[in-house]
Amino acid sequence: MSEQHTQTGSEHHIVSPRTYVIILLALLVGTALTVTASYFELGAWHIAPGLTLFWNPVVALAIATGKAILVVLFFMHVKYSHRLTKLTVAAGIFMFLVLIGMTLTDYFTRAWGRW
Amino acid sequence: MSDSTAIAQGAAAEAGDSRHGEHPAYQRHHFESVAQQFDATNFAMWLFLLTEIMFFGGLFTAYLIMRNWYYPAFVEGSHQLSIFWGTSNTTVLIASSFTMAMGVWSAETRRKGALLLFLSLTLLFGLIFLGIKGIEWHEKWEKHHVPGIHDYSITSFLNPASDPEVHKQYPDDKPLRPDMAAKTEQYFFLYFAMTGMHALHMVIGVGILVFMIFRAKAGAYTSGHVTMVENFGLYWHFVDIIWIYLFALLYLISRHG
Repeated sequence: MSEQHTQTGSEHHIVSPRTYVIILLALLVGTALTVTASYFELGAWHIAPGLTLFWNPVVALAIATGKAILVVLFFMHVKYSHRLTKLTVAAGIFMFLVLIGMTLTDYFTRAWGRW
Repeated sequence: MSDSTAIAQGAAAEAGDSRHGEHPAYQRHHFESVAQQFDATNFAMWLFLLTEIMFFGGLFTAYLIMRNWYYPAFVEGSHQLSIFWGTSNTTVLIASSFTMAMGVWSAETRRKGALLLFLSLTLLFGLIFLGIKGIEWHEKWEKHHVPGIHDYSITSFLNPASDPEVHKQYPDDKPLRPDMAAKTEQYFFLYFAMTGMHALHMVIGVGILVFMIFRAKAGAYTSGHVTMVENFGLYWHFVDIIWIYLFALLYLISRHG
């Protein structure tokens, strides 16, 4: 309760241009990295017969997620936001991952649609 | 932070009205304070963005399922995209997100000139992005790679050598069997659905930006009332994040394998 009280009373946080410039540079480096990585054959991990993990998409999506996290935390100010905002964002992303995860595990483990 | 401007504005604008004397004119009466009003609208904006995540999430899921089913067709479809234009557009959009963030900072620190500059730069980058997207779409139209209309053609996939520009970049690409080549139409369907829906969001954003530039010129956002700029910034950055994933999924992950 007291936590809530201090939060509503807190001053609006202003993120400095210096932070924005650093994030801009990080995002540009991330873009350069992901494009460079896409030119290399990164191989695959054969976990089990019929189950293979290709590293190219894993790396591309990992870098994209890193960039997205930087945008959310700094450009969208979530790092400096109230707990309510943080919880809302986290709950939304979690729900999205549940929906997409459940759907894909179902589809990927059946032969539906395979001619 | 000096609040003298806000106080002066709040007092002067509503002089003579006792109810308005105590708070800035932009504070709605059902909020206790400007801070509470800001938090409530900010929270509402995030709820809207969550519905947007679910909306685009459906498209992403469809893409991943189809790519898993018709993998060779999706790889060949992806090889039709230009890595140069894709990378350029990613850079342009990241730059626009940066200028938008700087616009929010300008509004917060009440710099009207800087706010106008950064909003205009964001608008410019947004238009450049749409222009590049237009170039890419036009190329698909010319090659008959628009699904459903304009005589969709699978020639590039039955006979890679017939498409010298792409063949030069991917000399090892094997011809697809006709039934698999037909599935490239599904790749382009999702390509147009996803980049088209993203571009629609950009067009809406560009429209709101033009409106905001006029309002900013009148001084609407540099008197302490930053809600509109802040929340539009959230929308713009969200559209940027969607593109970051579209770039990875449509352009990058099928270059090898």
